[in-house]
Amino acid sequence: MKLKPGLPPARNLIIAVPWFWLALFFLLPFLFVLKISLSEPTLAQPPYMDLIREIEDGFVTLVINFSNYQLLLEDSLYLSALWGSLKVAGISTLFCLLIGYPMAYAIARSPVHWRLPLLMLIILPFWTSFLIRIYAWIGILKTNGLLNNLLMGMGLIDSPLEIMHTPIAVYIGVVYNYLPFVVLPLYATLIRLDLTLLEAAADLGCRPWKQFLLITLPLSMPGVLAGSMLVFIPVMGEFVIPDLLGGPNTLMLGKLMWTEFFSNKDWPLASSLAALLLVALILPFVLLRHFERRAEEAST
Amino acid sequence: MKKVSSGFKYLFPSLLLTTATLSNAEELHVYNWSDYIAEDTVAQFEQETGIKVIYDVYDSNEVLEAKLLAGRSGYDLAFPTARPFADRHITAGLYQPLNKDKLSNLDNIDPVILQSLADIDAGNQHLVPYMWGTTGIGYNVKKVREILGDEMPLDTWRLVFDPKIVAKLEGCGVSLMDDATEVFIAASAYRGQDTADFSKAAIEAAANTVQAVRPYIRYFHSSQYINDLANGDLCVAHGYSGDVLQARDRASEAGNGVEVAYAVPSEGAVVWTDVMVIPKDAPNPDAAHRFINYLMQPEVIAPITNYVAYANANAAATDLVDEEIRMDPGIYPPAQTREKLIVIKTPAERQLRDMNRSWTRVKTGQ
Repeated sequence: MKLKPGLPPARNLIIAVPWFWLALFFLLPFLFVLKISLSEPTLAQPPYMDLIREIEDGFVTLVINFSNYQLLLEDSLYLSALWGSLKVAGISTLFCLLIGYPMAYAIARSPVHWRLPLLMLIILPFWTSFLIRIYAWIGILKTNGLLNNLLMGMGLIDSPLEIMHTPIAVYIGVVYNYLPFVVLPLYATLIRLDLTLLEAAADLGCRPWKQFLLITLPLSMPGVLAGSMLVFIPVMGEFVIPDLLGGPNTLMLGKLMWTEFFSNKDWPLASSLAALLLVALILPFVLLRHFERRAEEAST
Repeated sequence: MKKVSSGFKYLFPSLLLTTATLSNAEELHVYNWSDYIAEDTVAQFEQETGIKVIYDVYDSNEVLEAKLLAGRSGYDLAFPTARPFADRHITAGLYQPLNKDKLSNLDNIDPVILQSLADIDAGNQHLVPYMWGTTGIGYNVKKVREILGDEMPLDTWRLVFDPKIVAKLEGCGVSLMDDATEVFIAASAYRGQDTADFSKAAIEAAANTVQAVRPYIRYFHSSQYINDLANGDLCVAHGYSGDVLQARDRASEAGNGVEVAYAVPSEGAVVWTDVMVIPKDAPNPDAAHRFINYLMQPEVIAPITNYVAYANANAAATDLVDEEIRMDPGIYPPAQTREKLIVIKTPAERQLRDMNRSWTRVKTGQ
């Protein structure tokens, strides 16, 4: 995405706006985090050492400390947490797609006057605070909560289900909260799908489920990818949902960062974790882009 | 070390106050634990002085500490736990020395408690003690007796650390606090080891003690147990004295037949003191001094103790405290219990991190 020299200046300017935005609100803060991740913790305000230190009048020295990254790679705790986050993010994304796809499909295929109300139903919960919605799940899932009382009242179970403070509660909370992020982009792709393609396929004797597999699904892949990324990436760093609904045995990066930052006051290590998380998230997408581009080049 | 329950009830009035008064009135920003003050304390101060109080609450020392370390918190007065938190903060230079000329009520403070803080705050220059309490064991009297029999003494750490006993109590529910320092010190006390030893070997030994009972522990949490003890959903909880007593009172109010009791383990339990401090960069230290001085009036602090069920550090106020509270051994422990109490020694930063990382490993089963 390089700016081509031949472009008119007005267009350059327009393209420069998002780049400027990215630099100001993504790159710059990340550089701060990176800087802290290379320093050493100390008991002071702020609780880390400056990279550039004055030794004696006028002479300065640059101290870069890689030991935080070394600890992250050597101590199995951090890699387990990365794995824990990957697992929760992966499984949640899968469930979001499994539930969200039929929802988006149904809305896109429903009569026109129904679509707006149905979409509103997806969006409406967002008008309530995120925290309140997660707290509501505590009320539903806890030992003597709504769900258990209902099931026991109906005589379906004898003793309450232990869902609160388990990984299942985390999955329920995450899937519930992130579902709209899958439904909306999928809906946007499915609504633009050219229905004449399906008609043509039907005319040529293609069965409905095969039409779906061969035409609808491949054409909705951009929506699937966008939705997955909107779920997967934030869940990797999710802290609130596992903290409120999960038990202490839910090991995820977000919680570990909290511990390093708050309990250990080790801002440098917390920053290294943040940098590691970013790399773990960006690298696959950079590689994906790279292979896509090579595939494009090969096909032309 | 006071935990949770409802910060919301303070949030709302303070929001109202913020919008209701003129912006040029003198302001005092107070940052305190949730549910750690009487209902009319702040309003009375405002009435007496005309200073507008913006009162925010937190539920963990760590959150307060992060704000102080980041700097420019905007708060004039905070209430950290003395050890290890305020100790570290003094070392880091986060507080300003108190101007004792402005603290005319300082004589009311219990000299024994002031003395106990002198080793971390030489000459009591930065800290004024507010409330104190212990960390011990809360239990459901009926259920625990049913399982362990009438012979077994219940004022012991065996209730949460002896694998044989915890296994028996598993079905009924046992919880430990989600706090590395508290749990490791309790584990060392249980094993009769030096509770001031934070060496790698000591941390590992404590971690092994917790590891041995981990399969039987229902959860690690520092406030959830209040509700669960009161409802009878949990049999034994490692927790703060005042919180367990709150659970006891809630259970008796609910009349659900649950009887909760608090015990200070005979092997020794942590005693902690929460202190009042003025951050170095406080915008209005003068008003903070006035608030501290106000809280040191016996007739102000006694109703707070009645309300929050923690003992205050004000010797002159003891007679004004309700007899029921004053005679409660869980709140004002008798002399022989006090002798067994453990004052936390502040671990070195490196040791603290070793301990917290080891704790994360133990509770996540890594």
